[in-house]
This record gives sequence, C-alpha cells and structure tokens, in this order.
Amino acid sequence: MLIDMNLFALAVFLPLAGAVVAGLGGRLMGDGLAKLVTLGCMGVATLCGILTLWHGWAGGFVAQTMPVAEWVNAGGFQASWTLRFDTLSATMVAMVLSVSLLVHCYSLGYMSHESMPVYRFFAYLSLFTFAMLMLVSSNDLIQLFFGWEGVGLASYLLIGYWYDRPAATAAAIKAFVVNRVADLFFLVGIGLIYVLFQSVNYAAIFAQVPHVLGATYHLLGTSFNMVELICLLLFIGAMGKSAQLFLHTWLPDAMEGPTPVSALIHAATMVTAGVFLMARMSPLLEFAPGTRSFIIFIGATTCFFAATVGMVQPDIKRTIAYSTCSQLGYMFAAVGVGAYQASVFHLTTHAFFKALLFLCAGSVIHAMHDEQNMFRMGGLWKKLPLTYACMWVGSLALAGVFPFAGYWSKDAILNTLWAADSAMSHYAWCLGTLTAFITAFYSWRLLFLVFHGAPANAQARDSAHESPLSMSAPLVLLSIGAVVAGCALAPFYVGAKHLAFWNGAIFNAPGNTIMERFEHIPALIGLLPSVAGIVGIVVAYVFYVAAPALPAKMAQAFGPIYRFLLNKWYFDELYAAIFVKPYTAIARMLWKEGEEGAVESLPRDLVRFTSQSAAQAVRLQTGSIAIYAFTMLAGLVVLLTVALCG
Amino acid sequence: MLPQLVFYVFATVLLVSAAMVISARNPVHSVLFLILAFFNAAGLFLVAGAEFLAMLLVIVYVGAVAVLFLFVVMMLDIDFTKMREGYQRYAPIGACIGGILFVELILAFSHWKMASGTPVAPIQGPAGLTNTAALGTLIYTHYILLFQTCGLVLLVAMIGAIVLTLRQTGSGRRQNIQKQHARVPAQTLELVDAPLGASVVAQGGFLRPHTSYHETSVPGSYASGEQSVADEREKNA
Amino acid sequence: MTPAIAPIGLMPYLVVSAALLVLGVFGIFLNRKNVIIILMSMELILLAANLNFVAFSSAHADLSGQVMVLFVLTIAAAEAAIGLAIVTVYFRNRGSIQVEDATMMKG
Repeated sequence: MLIDMNLFALAVFLPLAGAVVAGLGGRLMGDGLAKLVTLGCMGVATLCGILTLWHGWAGGFVAQTMPVAEWVNAGGFQASWTLRFDTLSATMVAMVLSVSLLVHCYSLGYMSHESMPVYRFFAYLSLFTFAMLMLVSSNDLIQLFFGWEGVGLASYLLIGYWYDRPAATAAAIKAFVVNRVADLFFLVGIGLIYVLFQSVNYAAIFAQVPHVLGATYHLLGTSFNMVELICLLLFIGAMGKSAQLFLHTWLPDAMEGPTPVSALIHAATMVTAGVFLMARMSPLLEFAPGTRSFIIFIGATTCFFAATVGMVQPDIKRTIAYSTCSQLGYMFAAVGVGAYQASVFHLTTHAFFKALLFLCAGSVIHAMHDEQNMFRMGGLWKKLPLTYACMWVGSLALAGVFPFAGYWSKDAILNTLWAADSAMSHYAWCLGTLTAFITAFYSWRLLFLVFHGAPANAQARDSAHESPLSMSAPLVLLSIGAVVAGCALAPFYVGAKHLAFWNGAIFNAPGNTIMERFEHIPALIGLLPSVAGIVGIVVAYVFYVAAPALPAKMAQAFGPIYRFLLNKWYFDELYAAIFVKPYTAIARMLWKEGEEGAVESLPRDLVRFTSQSAAQAVRLQTGSIAIYAFTMLAGLVVLLTVALCG
Repeated sequence: MLPQLVFYVFATVLLVSAAMVISARNPVHSVLFLILAFFNAAGLFLVAGAEFLAMLLVIVYVGAVAVLFLFVVMMLDIDFTKMREGYQRYAPIGACIGGILFVELILAFSHWKMASGTPVAPIQGPAGLTNTAALGTLIYTHYILLFQTCGLVLLVAMIGAIVLTLRQTGSGRRQNIQKQHARVPAQTLELVDAPLGASVVAQGGFLRPHTSYHETSVPGSYASGEQSVADEREKNA
Repeated sequence: MTPAIAPIGLMPYLVVSAALLVLGVFGIFLNRKNVIIILMSMELILLAANLNFVAFSSAHADLSGQVMVLFVLTIAAAEAAIGLAIVTVYFRNRGSIQVEDATMMKG
C-alpha cells in the first residue's frame, strides 16, 4: 500500500516555510509571532512526519519517490529534487522532527532572557531542521550533499549565534572548516560514484553494484578497488560530520552555541548524518570489507577515546559532547560489522536520551545563570527535582541499564560486535565494553557533581529555580522517550519484525547473517555491558559521594595520564602544530610576500613608473611651435629618405 | 634662346629674393622681397604658358596678400631689432635639414616616368580658345564642385578673420526691427506748430523719439540698461 | 603643338621649385622669433608647389594642373588671411609675436 507522499512533502518543507517566514519577516512581525510561526510549522510537520511513519508501517513500507522539481540536467548528468520515502527516511524524518519540535519548544524558555531579538535563532533552528530533513529524504547523492552542506551551514550559524563572543565565532569557524575537510573527501567519493555508475541516484547505483565489484581505479601507478575507495571516501565524509576520531575536534568546541542547539545539532540530528549516510549506502558498503574493518577500528577507537576524555572534563556540556562522540563510535562500529539496523536503532534511542541530557544540562545551566563548570555546582537536586529526575533517566538510558532505551540498542551493538567474530570486531567489543563502564562512570560523575555533595557556591544554589513549563515539558516527553523507546522499538529495528519493518531500506549482503546471529550469543557476554555499567555507577558513587577526596588523589597519582586525558589526548595541540601553524606561516608568507610584495606592489610600481615617465615625457611638450614644426619637417625628411631608399 | 634667358633671369631673381625674404632683418623688407618673388614667379608662369595664372598671381598675391602682410607688419608695433637674436643658433641645423631635403627632392625629380594615358583636360581645348577661356571652361564644367568649395573656403576664411579680429567696443546701435515695426506714429511723432521766424532752439531743440537710445543701443553699451538711467545720461550729456 | 616649356625643359623648373621649397623650410627654422616671417615662408612653400603644378601642366599639355594652382592660390589666400588674423589677435592679447613666447601649450 502506498502512502500519501504529499503528507511526507509537507513534513519536509514546512520547517523551510517556517524558517523563511520567521527569518525574513521576523524583524517585521516581531519575536512572538516568529516563534509562533516556527513552532506551528514544526508542530504540523511533526504530526505529518509521525502520520507518514504510521501509514508507512501500516502499508508495509513500500519504497516510494516523489519528484519535486528538476535541478540539474546537463548532458548525461541528472539530478532532481526528489523525496524518497522508505523506512530509513521515514524513521529519520519522524525522529528529527520530534526532537526538533521539543527543542523549539524548549528554546522558548531557554532563550527568554536574551537581550537581542531571537527570531533569528528560531529561523536558524527551522532551517537546520529542514536541511537535515532534506538530507534524510534525498533520493540521490547530490540532494543528500545539499542537505549535508545545509546542516553544515545551519550549524555554523547556530554555533556562532552569539556572535559577540569570540569563542563562539571561533568554534563556528572551526566546525565549518573541519567539516569542509571531510566534505572534500565526500565530494570526491560522489564524483567517483558518478564515474563508476554514471548516476548519483540511489536506485541506479545499488542496482549496478554487483556488476562493478572488480572495477579498479588507477592513481599514481597504483590501482585501487573502486568500491573500497568510494566507501572509504564516503566514510571520511561521514567521519567529519559525525565527529569521529581525527575529525572530532570541532564537536566539543561547538558547545559554545546555545544549549538547545547542542541538543539538536550535536546529539540528535547533524552528527547522526554520518551514520545515516553509512546506513543509506549499505548496499555499497556491504561489498567493501576492507573499509568496514577500518570503520570498526575508527568507531571503536573513537568510542573509547571520547569516553576517556569525557571522564575528566570539568565542563558539563563538554562531558555530554564527548559522550555523544563516544556513542557515535558505537554506531560506526556496528556499521562496520554490517549491523546497520542496530546502528540506526542506537541512533534513534540515542537521539532521545542525548537530547534529554543536553536539555537537562541546559536546564541546570539556565538555573545556575550560565555556569557550566560542574565543580562550581553541587547539591542542586532539591532545587531542581524535575531536572534531577530527568537527568537520572537520561543517564540510565545512556549507561544502558535495563529497561531504559540505551540498554536495548547498546547491547544490540555490543552483541553484534561479539557475534561478528573477527579480530577487529573483538577489538571493538573489548573497547566497547570498557567504554560502557566509563560511560556509566562519567554520567554519574556528572550527576553527583551537579546534584549532590556540598554546593561550591551556596548562594547560586539557593537562587536556582526549576525551569518554566516550556522547558520542563520537553524534558518530561523526552524522558518518556528515553524510557520506552528502547523496548518499544527494539522488535521493529533489530528484533523479530525487523525484516518487515526495514523492507529492503537497509541491505544486508547474502552472506551477512549478523542480524540473526547476534541474538544467539552466550548469556554472560550479553550481560557484561550491563554489569560494566552498574560497576561504573558504583565506582562513580565511591569517587564523588563516598570519598570525594579520591579523584584529586587519583589525578595526582596518575598525573601524566590525567593531563593527557584533560587535554583531550592533545589532539588540538597536535593539529595546531601540524596544520594550523604551517598554514598560518604560509598564509603570512603569502600575505607579506605575495600580497604586499607582488600583488600590491606591482600596481604601485606601475603607477610610480607611469608618473615618472610621464614627467619625463612632459619635457617633450615644450609648447614651442618652432620645435613642433621642426620635428614635423624632420619627419618629412625621414619619410622621403625611406621612400627613396626603400 | 630667349626663353631660356628669360627663365634663368626670372629663376635667379626668384631664388635670391626668396632667400632675402627669410633672411632680411626688417620684416618690411621681407614683405617687399616676397612681392618681388611673386612677380618673378609670375614671370616663370608666363614662360610656362600659364598667362592667366601669372596675372592672377600678380593681382591676388601682390595686390592683396602681400599688401595684407605689409599692413600687418606695419600695424603691429614690434621692436624688430630685438627679434633677430638667436638667429644664428638654428642656422646650421636648418641648413642641414634643408640640404638633405633639397638633395632628396632632386633625386626624386630625376627618377620619374610619365604615366600613360591621355590628359584629362588637354591644354589645346577647342580650337582658338585662349588660356583664360580654356581655364574658365574647365572650372565651370569639370571642376565646378571644387570651384564652389573654394568659394566656400574663402567665405569661411573671411568670416573667421572678421570674428577673430572684431572688437566689441561697447558702443554703437543696432536695429530692433520688431520694435520699429510695432511703432505707431503717435509714439514717435510730435507735431509742433512752429511759429515763423522762431529758432529751433527756442522751441526746445530737436526732439528725439523717446527711449530710442535705450532700445537701439548695443547691449552693454552706455545707453543700454534702465530707461531712467539712460534718460539721466542723456540729460547730462 | 609643342609645350611652352619645351625650350627650357621640365627639370630646371623642378630644381627651382625644389630650391624654393627648401628656402621656405629653411625660413621656418631660421625665424624662431617672428611669426609673420614663418607665414611668408609658408607662402614660399606653396609657391614652389604652384610652380611645379604649372610646369607639369605645361609639360603634359593638361590644363588640370593650372586649375589646381587656382585652388592652391585660394587656399593660400585664406590661410594667409586667417594666419594674419590670428597673429593680430595674439599680438593684441600678449603684446608679442615671438614664436618662442607661444609656449602656453607646454606640458
């Protein structure tokens, strides 16, 4: 049964309408109306999104497309605006819209103390949502890239929303530039796809995959397997967007933006674009085992790395940001072993509980008047009971405690990693399980530091107050999601009904039986992550409640390791030394030598030469008619001579 | 033999007088030598059979142009003795250029060939025509447009010379034809019964049309401007 | 009928006109002070041209040359009139007709 694509189109384009109306007309209509417009558009769009998802499930998720407009039609190259409806896009659309709606609602309260008009903020939020929807509902890679760049742009605008703060502007630029680096690879990957398949349309690409497996690409005398190369390039693109190791540096810095932005962009939507891309390209990825091993490696390493760094961060938002980074690592690891369903499942549950955590953090920050350092908080649980409860729910979900959402998805991923049974996946499983422990540890570290213990600043604590309804309602709703999303969705995403649910939207190669096998792993192995999580909670309790002096002692005892972690493995310093400084040196050289030395001095010298030679030439202009006449006659003589002799 | 003799005499005098034109200290002498040169050139024309042009040269050049030069030279109050300073300085280079030019011209003249083809306007003309008549026939038929253009050039030169040298003196009158046409006798005429034997002065002098100076004077001259001012001036005068 | 200049030949005429031309040119150089002399030198140059026209007309038995002389005379007269008018105005304004004083166009 087909569903009504108009409803789907409405879900995708309403946020754009909201963004345009609020963004362009916000100055005229005022803040209140602009908020109303964006919120209304988002509300209707969310309804449409959920309705289509519902209809889709009822109709068996038949893949459909809906042409919207023609875009590029040049020679053999064709790209059109087309909406694609299948399980992957429908679930993503519904998830993005739900989270985005809640974030919009939350922003009403969070941004209420701004001194500047905030219609711009809401317009950016809606624009961002639209770009993300465009990305997930694309039917070819060019449109996907449009959405890809759209979220990049919107994230730049949102991270740098407080443009009067130098740190925010720098973070926005950093996010943009790091993403551009990855996008270059992505773009090259798309180019190679076109070279190989003569098309960028998903259906056309996937239909041809079996015929091009042997194709090679020659570069510098070396030949590469084309499919492997393409997948690698696409993965590098995804690494940038999803903040995987080596290209992750922008994500923690992006916490300079307003907290709702962090919740929307850096928890639920934008960073998941990379995972989505991998899931979307599963028919291709299935035939690139080398790249997948690489994906597992990067994913698992990121997972571990980010968790270790998150363990020691003093900033509440950065801790959660690193947690996001870490969870994304899980998702990529799952992609690497071919369990795309598990990956998308974790993506969805993660969207709920990570948005919840961010919004809780925002609520705390809001209550503490923009204080973000956890060590200056403490003892807040009586003042913020609702936030405290929500934070518990979010943390439980993140740590993967039964029956919260994270339990289902994270266990599914770890089980697939175990079941995949290769060296790389075992590496990933070990790190993943270790990370489960660390995750629980830093989550409760955050919880204890913020809500328990002696307040570092009693006055601030006493003045703290619970957030208004517009902020607490999203918290409650997301909490419900964080509790039930796992057990409610597990049968569809990875459980018994997953074949009917996905209906071919995600492709598993004939030999890839991971989705069957992961159910049948030893019970002890399946239990281990939960145990690790609970141990992590206990350890955190010991460290931060039972014996608050212990962390400082530990930090002293393991000074080098502590500093190594605190400085985020020195990635920023490393990049500064490798890229930024040489680049600055080159830029400075070009500025001094190239720009000032050549580009500017050339016209300057020309001007000087011209005026000097003109000053000389002026002397010829004596004004004496006799000399002119003489010159004329001398010319006549010369002419005659030439005529006679020539 | 006679033509050669005549030719060489004329040519010699022509060149000598031309040399004097450019070397004489006094410009008046220069002009006079120029006149002499023209006379001799007319002689050369005669030798070559161009009687009309010879006469024309004498009449137009000697009679008009050269005399014009003389007028101007005498009219301008110039200290001619001072004007010859620095004269020798440029002689060598002038002589050099002139010499080269002369040699080259001789070289050019000594290597040429007549183009084939019949003359456009045979000098013979219809039998019995004099040189003047033949020339007249030619310029009024074949060269009529060029001839008319020459007339135009002369007209432009005349107007140009007048415009250049005309000085607005600030006095004088001109006609205001519109006003003159619009006048009625009552405005200008006053009938006076003059008794016999009485002098004009006794009758108040000659009466002039009222405001006449004001209306007919050149703008900017003493009589133009406000009527009252003009009247005042008239009275004072 | 033989041309009128047959006894003399064309060449002497040409030599005379060339000499006259050179004298005119020489006069322009020699007189850097007096504009009127320069004007007269130009008349000499034009006269040299006229002489050539007449000589060739006679040698070719073609009246066209004489017609040209007529035109050249016209132009020369116009040029003299305008030139002298300019000299007059110039003198009236500057009080001098020295060529070397006319350097207002100096760059």
